Amino acid sequence: MMGRPGGPAPSKAEDFRGTVRRILHLLRRNPLRLASVVGFGVLMVGGMLAIPTVLGRATDLVIGGATSGGLDFAALARLLGLAVAVALATFAITVLNGRTIAKLAQETAFRLRAEADAKISALPLRYFDSRSRGEVLSRVTNDIDNLTQTVGQVTQRIVQGLLFLIGVPIMMLTISPLLTLVVLLTMPLTVLAARMIGKRSQPRFAKQWATTGKLNGHVEEMITGHQLVTLFGRQAQGAATFKRHNEELYETTVRAQWVSGLLGPAMAFLGSVTYVLVAVVGGLQVAAAMLTFGQIQAFIQYTGQFSNPLNMLAGMFGQVQSAVASGERVFEFLDAEEQSPDPVSEDASALASVDGRVSFEDVSFRYLPDEPLIEHLWLSAEPGQTVAIVGPTGAGKTTLVNLLMRFYDLDAGRITVDGLDVSTVERERLRRRIGMVLQDTWLFDGTIAENIAYGEPGATREEVVAAASAAHADHFIRTLPDGYDTVVGADEGSLSAGERQLVTIARAFLIDPSILILDEATSSVDTRTEMLVQQGMVALRQGRTSFVIAHRLSTIRDADVIVVMEHGSVVEQGGHDELLASGGAYARLYEAQFAQPAIEEETASA
Amino acid sequence: MLVDMTGTPPASPPSKAADADEEAAPEGSITRLLAEYLRPHRSNLALTVVLQIIGTLASLYVPTLNADVINTGVALGDTGYVLRHGGFMLAVTLVQITAAGFAVYFGAQAAIGLGRDLRADLFAQVQRFSAAEMDRFGAPSLITRTTNDVTQVVTMLVMSLTLLLTAPIAAIGGLALALSLDVPMAGVLLAAIPVVAVVIYFIVVAMIPASRIMQRCIDGINRVMREHITGIRVIRAFVRDDHEQRRFADANAELTAASLKVGRVQAFFGATAMVFGNLTSITIVWLGAGRIANGTMQIGDLIAMLTYAGMILGAVMMSMGVFMMAPRAKVAVGRIREVLDTDPSIAAPADPVTELVGLGELEVKGVSFRYAGAEEAVLRDVDLVARPGQTTAVIGSTGAGKTTLLHLIPRLFDVDAGAVHVDGVDVREMNRALIARTIGLVPQRAYLFSGTVGSNLRYGDPDADDATLWRALETAQAAGFVRAMPDGLETVIGQGGTTVSGGQRQRLAIARTLVARPKVYLFDDSFSALDTATDAALRAALATEIADAAQVIVAQRVSTIRDADRIVVLDAGRVVGTGTHEELLAGNAVYAEIVNSQLTLQEAL
Repeated sequence: MMGRPGGPAPSKAEDFRGTVRRILHLLRRNPLRLASVVGFGVLMVGGMLAIPTVLGRATDLVIGGATSGGLDFAALARLLGLAVAVALATFAITVLNGRTIAKLAQETAFRLRAEADAKISALPLRYFDSRSRGEVLSRVTNDIDNLTQTVGQVTQRIVQGLLFLIGVPIMMLTISPLLTLVVLLTMPLTVLAARMIGKRSQPRFAKQWATTGKLNGHVEEMITGHQLVTLFGRQAQGAATFKRHNEELYETTVRAQWVSGLLGPAMAFLGSVTYVLVAVVGGLQVAAAMLTFGQIQAFIQYTGQFSNPLNMLAGMFGQVQSAVASGERVFEFLDAEEQSPDPVSEDASALASVDGRVSFEDVSFRYLPDEPLIEHLWLSAEPGQTVAIVGPTGAGKTTLVNLLMRFYDLDAGRITVDGLDVSTVERERLRRRIGMVLQDTWLFDGTIAENIAYGEPGATREEVVAAASAAHADHFIRTLPDGYDTVVGADEGSLSAGERQLVTIARAFLIDPSILILDEATSSVDTRTEMLVQQGMVALRQGRTSFVIAHRLSTIRDADVIVVMEHGSVVEQGGHDELLASGGAYARLYEAQFAQPAIEEETASA
Repeated sequence: MLVDMTGTPPASPPSKAADADEEAAPEGSITRLLAEYLRPHRSNLALTVVLQIIGTLASLYVPTLNADVINTGVALGDTGYVLRHGGFMLAVTLVQITAAGFAVYFGAQAAIGLGRDLRADLFAQVQRFSAAEMDRFGAPSLITRTTNDVTQVVTMLVMSLTLLLTAPIAAIGGLALALSLDVPMAGVLLAAIPVVAVVIYFIVVAMIPASRIMQRCIDGINRVMREHITGIRVIRAFVRDDHEQRRFADANAELTAASLKVGRVQAFFGATAMVFGNLTSITIVWLGAGRIANGTMQIGDLIAMLTYAGMILGAVMMSMGVFMMAPRAKVAVGRIREVLDTDPSIAAPADPVTELVGLGELEVKGVSFRYAGAEEAVLRDVDLVARPGQTTAVIGSTGAGKTTLLHLIPRLFDVDAGAVHVDGVDVREMNRALIARTIGLVPQRAYLFSGTVGSNLRYGDPDADDATLWRALETAQAAGFVRAMPDGLETVIGQGGTTVSGGQRQRLAIARTLVARPKVYLFDDSFSALDTATDAALRAALATEIADAAQVIVAQRVSTIRDADRIVVLDAGRVVGTGTHEELLAGNAVYAEIVNSQLTLQEAL
């Protein structure tokens, strides 16, 4: 399975407002910190707003001194000393504020990631079976990453920006209501410009994103299918398609950047217009002695402080959009329906030890509401018996396994173990009694010993070796460079498919289950290893109730019950001779799959 | 004007490292790559630089004009002067934004153009790669390198062309203008710039290792997440959810701690920028006061000076923020370089053969092959002949070299010794198109492209008509299920073919090769996902449908290959026997052992 390497799919959020509200809600879960962010923000912005006024006073003092001939250096020093104090205090508060915001953002990120991981555990297997793993992975990694990083950066700017938007006009009003009016009159122009440019750039961005998706998809496919491209000599066609997408991406990106790039200069221009207006109107007021130099100087600085947060907020637009789109995908994941809640078994020792009597009683199940899969299935296995599940490829043989493990919930009927309805006990309690060896041999990053001890982390080395020996895996493990301490990974590599299967058999041995689920498929295992695997499985089955997805005639013939599946449902069950005699599905399957080659090989070996 | 750098610096963009497994890629020289790839865009680049200079100088000119307005117009109460010069200031501003706007345009064109070229080169390079290089890098890593890593470089370049470039212009131009206003006062700025630069430098230096640790933690947590998702069935079966969640919690706590460290440095960065701006302003007012008092400076100049301080320090600050992105971009460049600098191990022939005369007789002569870095050769002195109209089977245990042998034939790898000939011509002499036309390999793992069933089948022959496709599907035992699909040949297939089952995918892959009608067919365990009955029916159909072609079949099941005209037994990379089933059974120990092992499995137990 391929992971999606392309970052968070740059799609647009469906419900922008709703998602934003939820993101804010995330932050609100930490009210104390959020309050201190606002508190620090007020102090910090207050400090930043105080300095221009103090400096303006200083200027007035200087001018006063210049006109009257004697500058009061002591008063100036006091004012500037105050300014230095405010500046240093603001510095300290800003650092504190930054740290608080980082904490807030990181705590939110921490909790979101923890929730996502807990969600993985809580989701029904159905969820993972119906989606590509790469897609799920991308949501819980890239999207959370994108969301939380942006939240961290944006929170600070938004809090600050809003405080400035409130604080600056107040400070301005204390200087000159007329000039404040001039500044505020240019506000609608700023908003209008931002909206116009935003409206024009958004479809262009959408186009850029769509093209990026197309190009990345093509690259992904051409690289993943590299061998086939080479084999069929299709490099030229691949390159032509690539070139087309690449050129298109260039065109759309330049266009999108051009339009959105206008935002900065437009804002700057409006800022300058305001600046000039303030200078002109203010100049006239100073000339009329309605304002002092210091006041106009402070006012001009406030004008700058006013347009900066607007620019900042406008600049974050793309980032915010991408983060909201990521947030939406994350929330969608977190909102997915969870598996039915685990019951708490009344008997604390339920299934503590199990004989292994398993029965399916009138079980019905369907993956899709209108496609019946298993209808009214009755099936029972006595302790130590083997149930062989047979049927052609794609008949849905793993469905039975999924039901027994309670990976999926039944639609009707019940499954009992030693007479106890398994849906009345915790899933874990049931699964601890069941060993499973699947065709998909999953090993995690760690040593071979750790992998064998996966179900029994406290196992001693002796127990691990004993399990490996019982599984006929000891020999090959000892030939590896570091023996039992050889590091293996989730990705294929050092071990062959057969060897990986041996490790998983040893893993099942170690937990000594009463009930076993085995998948015999051995398509890519060589004959010698297959012999070992086969012997390992036979040894493992001894004395345990086993459900085997069977491919080998010997397993099937020796099974106590054979369950024949076709087109996703159970069509027959019974013993080998009985089913053969009845001339039904099993007999046909047997004829097609086993009779001929078995006879041929018998004669061949004779 | 005060420095208003209150926000955090442009932090590195969120991690796009879906591939948690790739770490420790070498870092590459950003400048070397830029120098090479910006050359074709140098006119755009030059325009950007010129426009940035014009724009920045214009924006620096505004405070000087303003000083003039204040000194002359406001101070003397000359309203007309204020209005006239106000208009002139607006005109200058217009020049500034026009220049800045076009600078963004040309800069984006250069940066995005560089991205396009880089991507194109990477893609072309990957296409030249042989299977050896593909194995070395791995497909996911190559995809990331071609897409995300390029984006990283482009983002870095855009930031450089906008923020980094304006810093020295603003600093030099601002200083020059400040000097023209008042020499001693400009000295304050002259002193402030290096101090700020040094302080910021230290913060950035502290930042780099912190963000590197953070990146490693992100990779780590992604790896745990990936395991949790891919292993979900086993984890649940073995009741280890708690364990996985604990592992995750550890990784999560580690990442949070690392991110906090980065956040703290960032907080310091913004605050430092601000405090320096404020302190510089205060110093300017303090020094300026004395000079105004004794009449050596005008009040307008003081305000202009304050504005310059803000502009210059702001520019320096922003440019330093760009440096914070550098480590990330450096890693991306390193990873891109690695691909570009890897020579494909298979070179196209200088004077290729483009046509073969013959029916497709395949001859593998004394071939040896060793994978790069492997201690032992996979294949030693292997001979194999496949004649038109005959079936040649290859059997042997895992690791015997069967798949490798098949991959050498269509030149996915080059042999170390010996040669592969088709109709007497060495495959190394043929051009790729001829190899593709002549040899049809059906790989072990069937891969389908996104598109329709039909478009996949036509992959080897875009002009094939529907009848040809159906015929191939019949032969491959795939017609039944394709007919049952909602849209038949037009049924949409998801990328990788995930919408069809493994057995169906395998049969579609066989049909695809049949449509291409090569002279030599190579089946690499292509029947493994099929049940025995389908397997037999398929081979029977192949026997009549491609009766004239040479077939090489690799298989595990003895029943699949026992009717072959010739069976080649591979053991540990050597041919240990060649002959028919009966001959080998009688005289070949390895073959007899394989046959017996399958019999005992089915019969003895």
